[in-house]
Amino acid sequence: MTQKTKHTSDFRPLDVQAIREDFPIFANTPPLAFLDSAASTQTPRPVVEAMDAYYDTYRSNIHRGVYRISEEATDQYEKARQKVAQLINAPRTSQVVFTRNTTESINLVAYSWGSPNIQQGDEIVLTDLEHHSNLVPWQLLAQRTGATLRFLEITDEGLLDFTQLRDVLSPKTKLVAITHVSNVLGTITPIQSIIDAAHTAGAKVIVDAAQSVPHFHVDVQQLDCDFLAFSGHKMCGPTGVGVLYGKLELLEEMPPFLGGGSMIRSVERDISTYADVPAKFEAGTPSIAEAIGLGAAVDYLTQAGLASIHVHEQELLKYAHERLQEIEGITIYGPAPHQKAGVISFNIEGIHPHDVAGILDTHNVAIRAGHHCAQPLMKKLDVIATARASFYLYNTFEDIDRLYEGLQKAQNLMTRRSK
Amino acid sequence: MNIYQEELLDHYENPSNYGTLPNPDISHEEDNPLCGDKIRIDLIVEDDIIKEVRFSGHGCTISLAAASMLTEEIVGKSLEEVKKLSRDDILDMVGIPLGPVRVKCALLALKVLKAGAYGIKGWPGEEDE
Repeated sequence: MTQKTKHTSDFRPLDVQAIREDFPIFANTPPLAFLDSAASTQTPRPVVEAMDAYYDTYRSNIHRGVYRISEEATDQYEKARQKVAQLINAPRTSQVVFTRNTTESINLVAYSWGSPNIQQGDEIVLTDLEHHSNLVPWQLLAQRTGATLRFLEITDEGLLDFTQLRDVLSPKTKLVAITHVSNVLGTITPIQSIIDAAHTAGAKVIVDAAQSVPHFHVDVQQLDCDFLAFSGHKMCGPTGVGVLYGKLELLEEMPPFLGGGSMIRSVERDISTYADVPAKFEAGTPSIAEAIGLGAAVDYLTQAGLASIHVHEQELLKYAHERLQEIEGITIYGPAPHQKAGVISFNIEGIHPHDVAGILDTHNVAIRAGHHCAQPLMKKLDVIATARASFYLYNTFEDIDRLYEGLQKAQNLMTRRSK
Repeated sequence: MNIYQEELLDHYENPSNYGTLPNPDISHEEDNPLCGDKIRIDLIVEDDIIKEVRFSGHGCTISLAAASMLTEEIVGKSLEEVKKLSRDDILDMVGIPLGPVRVKCALLALKVLKAGAYGIKGWPGEEDE
């Protein structure tokens, strides 16, 4: 089945108050200023309801069931796959493989594509921006095969140094593994140019889209990426379900990742033949409820409009930059708001980021502090850790005001006697 | 109870025994990989009694205040007594409820002390797990 491109202009301003009513967590008092969606988002009622409907009315295993509720479960599970395929404009629904999360998707590629295709002397190109999930699997692959990792560096502004690309890419380059949006700096990478350049050099490209697919429209056919990975729990879906998109000819020639039930065509004592994609990569009972929940999350985000979500986040980001810059001794890492997604990483002179997050927590403002699973980037920025606020469709300008007020209180508390 | 109460902040701002010793009998440094906090502890030990202690490093309020409190506690004690200090002793000294992430901050100094003085690895309280 081939799908046509949709997602024409879906822009209309977000009704944030109406959206917040879909998230029961925001009804609590005092209200939670949740500024950690880059780690994991909140869940709207329709997503939980879709999973409840599975558990309450047609709970059963998928595939092979010859009774009605099993057919219903299979149908809903596959409908979720279809929704995800439409969201990223995959040419075929079968190119969407359900995994546990982005990390598992990337590991799947590192084993099933990497092992047969990467040899000693080959090079894998990464960037300084990578999350550990798009770094460690390639380190392991390099150790197994004798391949070498090379890195595109970032500029002082936190942008990728594009001028290095020509030096880093060579006939030895077999793969470019790159994030679409940095989870620490928010930097939106020039993914299209990098994919084009990598293909010209004869390399395949895997995109870590964990921080992009939830926030703006990503079209795999337009990008022409070979693989793309993202997680359900960062896009209003439940934990425990993620996605790997791959080009069909690549997925078809790759050996399975995990062996077991569901991924086989026939099994004999010594040898098996495998099912077609995507079943080949979905061994064992998958996260059925979670996949159905992810389908509902896709519906939810599509209804709100990804273009509208992106615009809303940009407005929040600009406002956050303005307010936070008023704070004495603050360092904001990464590029200007228009070059990044809804993430703002910062440090305040003299206050450990853990203390920043700890004090904000006492004011019911949730942000993250630490290395954000990006230790090489921390080293590059010459910091041990940062505080990070990140935004999504349910955040308000008031959330940012509360962040600002909390930071002022932290500063008063921690620097009271040294002034 | 607010975790940023006076006593902790006092220790953080004016830590006891902060610094290094020129010729320590024992010197050990470790970090908390979760947040990058790093603490070094230097000890002068005579006849099995801790005569002098200094700690240095960087970290959050909880880890530095706990280190300061710990150094106050151990001066004049025998290595045998200090070995018995437990996770709960430290949490009692800190005196405020902490979540699991911040518990590790509080225990970093004790971890450094035990690793340096007795070669005991692992987070205090998790040795038996």
